[in-house]
Amino acid sequence: MLKNLWRLVLVTLSMLLLPGLAWAEDAVPPAINAGDTAFVLMSAALVLLMTPGLALFYGGMVREKNVLSVIMQSFIVIGLVSVQWVLFGYSAAFGPDIKHIIGSMDWAGLANVGQDPNTDYAGTVPHLAFMSFQLMFAIITAALITGSFAERMRFPAFLIFTLLWTSLVYDPLAHWVWGVDGWLRNLGALDFAGGTVVHISSGVSGLVAAIVLGRRKGYGTEPMIPHHLPMTVLGASLLWFGWFGFNAGSAVSANGLACSAFVVTNTAAAAAALSWVAVEWMRHGKPTVLGAASGCVAGLVAITPASGFVSPLAAIVIGLVAGVLCYLAVSVLKTKLGYDDSLDAFGVHGLGGTWGAVATGLFASKAVNSAGNDGLFYGNAAQLVTQIETVAVTWLFAGLATFIILKVVGLFCKLRVDADDEEAGLDITQHGEEAYAANVSSGTLFRDTMA
Amino acid sequence: MIKIECVFRPGKLEEVKEALGKYGIHGMTVSQVIGCGLQKGRTEVYRGTEYSINLVPKIKMEVVVPDYHVDRVLEIISSVAKTGKIGDGKIFTYPVTDAVRIRTGEKGEDAIK
Repeated sequence: MLKNLWRLVLVTLSMLLLPGLAWAEDAVPPAINAGDTAFVLMSAALVLLMTPGLALFYGGMVREKNVLSVIMQSFIVIGLVSVQWVLFGYSAAFGPDIKHIIGSMDWAGLANVGQDPNTDYAGTVPHLAFMSFQLMFAIITAALITGSFAERMRFPAFLIFTLLWTSLVYDPLAHWVWGVDGWLRNLGALDFAGGTVVHISSGVSGLVAAIVLGRRKGYGTEPMIPHHLPMTVLGASLLWFGWFGFNAGSAVSANGLACSAFVVTNTAAAAAALSWVAVEWMRHGKPTVLGAASGCVAGLVAITPASGFVSPLAAIVIGLVAGVLCYLAVSVLKTKLGYDDSLDAFGVHGLGGTWGAVATGLFASKAVNSAGNDGLFYGNAAQLVTQIETVAVTWLFAGLATFIILKVVGLFCKLRVDADDEEAGLDITQHGEEAYAANVSSGTLFRDTMA
Repeated sequence: MIKIECVFRPGKLEEVKEALGKYGIHGMTVSQVIGCGLQKGRTEVYRGTEYSINLVPKIKMEVVVPDYHVDRVLEIISSVAKTGKIGDGKIFTYPVTDAVRIRTGEKGEDAIK
């Protein structure tokens, strides 16, 4: 209050002392647009819903004994990252630049992040709305990684890892690509809604985590099939729904570009669902529901970086390729290389995101977004080079940093559950609960604890 | 007394129950089980990885009958549960030394009437 009052006095004084028109105009805060604000807040809510959606998507794919542990890992990330973001995460990612690497702590605790717009990021919505929208991205990115080490990571280690990963990988990367004066942004990298920041970073980090933790007990010899595919389809549907906020919302304005992003998002998801199903139908003789659900997610991932820069026809190509590529990654590449990326965070997000980032360099067009750039097919090969460089940097940074974080966390906190606990399932051993209590038919009530 | 334990196709449960009911046999214990015999099972595919599922779902029905009903009950079950294809199931019989109806305390054949 006092601070605001003081600022008001200073502004008033300066206007009185320096009556030049230009000065007076500068002091007027930029206008908030109600439509844009409503759109960005709704988009933020849509993106938040993706994380519980992801919990169901992943939850259905694990075995019955681990479903709660997987859902919990996504759900608790909402709590953990929300608090981290307010305390210092937003400031590190979007705060005033320090040497193109990281944001300063000027906005820690959301100081200087108020109800007026920040014209650097979104000129017509309150800064708080933009901050909230970006928070939802940070949340789901951390949650995406859990798909790679599902069914075997200890909960305390997971919490520490996630906090460190978000602070040391996500926040800097978001600053590099999206922050004012971030070095990848200065390089000309195009990432409309998070192909590198969200999907490549989470997918590659997931792969590293899957390798560091090691394969699940019995992987390759015991069947580890999804226990509830309807849950997975529900989750995929919520992801698809929420993704409109993710991509269209990244226009941070209720305008034509948002509509364009909306259309290409839906188109790519649809095309990828078709191509994934088609290729597995050809290879295995049956079109599976899990394939359709996985395909749509692959398409959504791939279109994300390109969503503000490409036409609907390009989106069809991006989606079709994403469906086939991600299918081959999870069915052929994973088996050949032998890593246990439990729910294919790497196969779908890492590789789908990589394809999307490269495709942005191929299909981007200034006709779609004048603030973007042309890609290779529109005569600008340099954009493709920039995209590939950005992808390489993201792979290297996310991979190395994740490896180091896990090794450090592993020094003082055991990463993986004991073999017996893994056998019994993480729901009981980590959380003391069962998802399907119908399995419990006998037990003794501890009456003394109820008195 | 003999316990007849039969494992057959889930789709045949209602027919078998009805046929036994017509013959006067109403008491039974039924479980959903999985098992394998000559039947090969099936293949399932999840994200391009194929799983051979060779334990297939079956119904297990347990019925305890007096000795003189055994042949007829075996006949009924085997004729009704039969499709002629691999996977129709099996019937096993065991001698039962006694039975007790918990509600009344009746024993032996009186307990299974």
